[in-house]
Amino acid sequence: MPVTTSLQTKKKRRQVRRIFLTVNNRKIELEVGDGPGQIVPSHTLAHTLRETLGLTETKVSCDHGACGSCTVLIDGEPRLSCLTLTVECAEKTIITIEGLPDQEGNLDPLQQAFIDHNAFQCGFCTPGMILSARALLSAHPSPSEDQITEALSGHFCRCISHYQVIKAVKSVSDKG
Amino acid sequence: MEEYRYIGKPLPRRDGREIVTGRISFLDDLRFPNILYGKVLRSPHPHAVIKRIEKDRALALPGVKAVLTWEDVPDWRGGTPRCKRVLDRKVRHVGDAVALVAAESEEMAREALNRIEVEYEALPAVLDMEEALQPHAPRLYDEFPENILPPGTAFFGPECLKEIVFGDVEKGFQEADFISEGTFRYENIPNPIPPEPPGAVALWEEPNNLTVWVSSQTPYMDQITLFHVLGRQVKVRTIGGACGGSFGSKLMSWVTQAQAALLSRATGQPVKLVLSKEEHLAAFTLRPGSRMRAKLGLKKDGTVTAVSGEWLVDTGSYSMTTQAQVAVGCGELQIMVRCPNWDLKSKIVCTNRNASGIVRGFGGQELKCAFIPLLSLAMAKAGLDPFEVLKKNYVRPGDGYYWRDGRWYTYRGVDYRPAMEQGAERFGWKEKWKGWLTPTMVNGPRRIGVGVGVHGNADIGEDASEAYVRLHPDGTALVFSCLTEHGTGQVSNLLKMAAEVLQIPLQKVSLAPSDSLIHPYEFGPVGSRGTYAIGSAVIAAAEEAKQHLFAVLAPLLQARPEDLETAEGLVFVKGNPDKKISWKAMGVDRTCLGTGRFEPDFTLANCMMTFVEVEVDTETGRVDLRRVVNSTDVGRIIDPPGLEGQMNGCLGSGGIDSALFEETILDPKTGHILNPNLIDYKWRTFSELPVMEHVVLETPFPSHRFQAVGVGEVATSPGPSAILMAVSNAIGTWLPEYPVTPERVLAAMGKILQNPGMGGRL
Repeated sequence: MPVTTSLQTKKKRRQVRRIFLTVNNRKIELEVGDGPGQIVPSHTLAHTLRETLGLTETKVSCDHGACGSCTVLIDGEPRLSCLTLTVECAEKTIITIEGLPDQEGNLDPLQQAFIDHNAFQCGFCTPGMILSARALLSAHPSPSEDQITEALSGHFCRCISHYQVIKAVKSVSDKG
Repeated sequence: MEEYRYIGKPLPRRDGREIVTGRISFLDDLRFPNILYGKVLRSPHPHAVIKRIEKDRALALPGVKAVLTWEDVPDWRGGTPRCKRVLDRKVRHVGDAVALVAAESEEMAREALNRIEVEYEALPAVLDMEEALQPHAPRLYDEFPENILPPGTAFFGPECLKEIVFGDVEKGFQEADFISEGTFRYENIPNPIPPEPPGAVALWEEPNNLTVWVSSQTPYMDQITLFHVLGRQVKVRTIGGACGGSFGSKLMSWVTQAQAALLSRATGQPVKLVLSKEEHLAAFTLRPGSRMRAKLGLKKDGTVTAVSGEWLVDTGSYSMTTQAQVAVGCGELQIMVRCPNWDLKSKIVCTNRNASGIVRGFGGQELKCAFIPLLSLAMAKAGLDPFEVLKKNYVRPGDGYYWRDGRWYTYRGVDYRPAMEQGAERFGWKEKWKGWLTPTMVNGPRRIGVGVGVHGNADIGEDASEAYVRLHPDGTALVFSCLTEHGTGQVSNLLKMAAEVLQIPLQKVSLAPSDSLIHPYEFGPVGSRGTYAIGSAVIAAAEEAKQHLFAVLAPLLQARPEDLETAEGLVFVKGNPDKKISWKAMGVDRTCLGTGRFEPDFTLANCMMTFVEVEVDTETGRVDLRRVVNSTDVGRIIDPPGLEGQMNGCLGSGGIDSALFEETILDPKTGHILNPNLIDYKWRTFSELPVMEHVVLETPFPSHRFQAVGVGEVATSPGPSAILMAVSNAIGTWLPEYPVTPERVLAAMGKILQNPGMGGRL
């Protein structure tokens, strides 16, 4: 990093653009720039979450928008964080898998259902799937099986957890 | 059947909460102070000599800490034989490593790659096995002028199985009523593509200590592999963590691990090197290509009298385990076919594509996918039902086979015919099977066809396992077994076994972190060996720890150790439970340790039979998989939902779907892989799931005290050839190649001419 005097830093600070977003109910302020802790416009939300904010609960697999692993909820909608630029998330509300349990740490019923139905094998793709399923259930509390499979159709899983995932999602929807 | 407290009960996975909250740490989630990011400059040529590398412009970038080429690094080599250098002057496939970069950020490392200038002398490349075997074919290695790698692997001993040759094939063919002959291929080189890419973090500490954080299902073996690669001069320690899928493939991570090690050695800082998905698909390992030209003799009653021919195995640019896959594949074929006369030779051929590696099915799936179509031709001539022939020929108690070490083993497991019959019944095989090349049903342009396949291995008892179990005065136990969880639930299952032996609450048993420095030898959960091999070591260690505890506490109970039993952290006299004492009585200054070891045992084999029903649209060539029934016998189910998941896994990771649509497309002109991303590489989505059913019998196996064997690995293997059979039956003509894309289906039906540039030859 180039050495800057405190005056220059202050001056820079005044000029720097800041964006605000909410991540898992925490207000986050990010500076746009190329210094440590700052975000450059090319940073994806996945990168910012994991590398800048240290929220490694969001898993990145393909990093080209094909596998669904890095899915987060942006204003309640499932979105691929590897294809979303952080600078475009200003004023948005983001929920990652870390934000699903309540404040006491109780799991979302969907998370518990995944455990109860053994709805994962290696577990790498699981956070993304849970978030897509959560968005579906929020919009359609009792979805049909076709709605479930359609909502999850962008999620890549090689272990084939699909059958047990569908059972897990259904078990929660039946209650809903 | 004995009722157990944990064994056979559906219990939540130990790591379930971490998985559903995302808090589980995969390799790329680990954080290290002072970390550097490694990147690899990769060859655009399938075969070339590096004439000159100009790296000054890359090194001049701020934040770039090292740029390494073949000239800068020691002669670290791996493979079988040890001919693959971590960095070499010659590149042998598109994507082969040319230079390594370490920088303070990924962006800087990427920019540095752009600034390295390389002058190549392109060499002619060879991408087909038979072309590679021609006298004047381009030569990948001077040591192997014919592009054939020496057979056998030292790891399997001096008599390593290289072929199946015994009996008298001439006599066998004379006895046959029907003979089939032909060339069959399974060469679409599917990639198992675990979602977590291969990668490593390495920390070199002078003078000769290397620690590597790995993503692997076999962290202990990574240490052994690296020790040899690094010239047996370096103290290597491997640390494992949660593994985001492997399906065998990450056993061949040594190149990536050694690259990270070189960069750490050059910089003195920890270096993380994680492959991008494109590198994962285009430069990491693929399933071996398999091509068999062979002849088979069959009697009217379904007895196979002789098999002769040659099995060519495409290992790509080098081999680490291909010889081992040939050995195991040859063993597995004998388990499937009780035939007295064999002359099936093999050749391992190098070509200019990225290396073949390990995928579920380990040689056997590759061979079966070529062999079952050959057997099908003979069965069709004989008018025999393939289910009956496969059932008749599968290994039974008292039969034998030459296994990987070249020795003969007599099978002492269960008879699988009841499992096969129940699977056939569930599927409705008798009603659906209408004869060869005959659809089960025709509905306008749509036709239904059925197929069946079978596979099994004697690897469930392969290799050694060692474990320790340590009991503590607070009533807890710690299991030492060098494992990581890679998705099968193996860790949870082993903890169940230990808790069952010790009769303590499940949450009081845990596994020590995966670290080669503290654990005894562990080959790892591969080849479906976790249940029997690793399980046996853990059970033995738990039992010995318990005996140790009894010896310590017996005097306090004024009893003999052999009269004691334990439950709930209390030790009591058998038949007199009031005479009891807590584990606490061992003293706060004591632990009770037990050790266990499993010796390899090749006398047990597993079995998976898969029935499939497909619907083919004869106008578009589209094939839909409608239903799958898997049948097996596992002796004793350890974890019902975990087993269900493993068996559902028959579709993905280079399994059944490798017969339907999964393929790595190699451009025969340039050697480039044309679909190295998850959009162009086809995979099954949630919207396309067939009906999936499993028949699982529990006939006690003479394995360990829980009488169980594993089947996880083999779930993918019987399905692909069953698909080929089912589609052939549906359309009424033989389909010789995988996968059954619409184009191939229509070409087989004579409706279109196959474009030779798109997906191989007919």
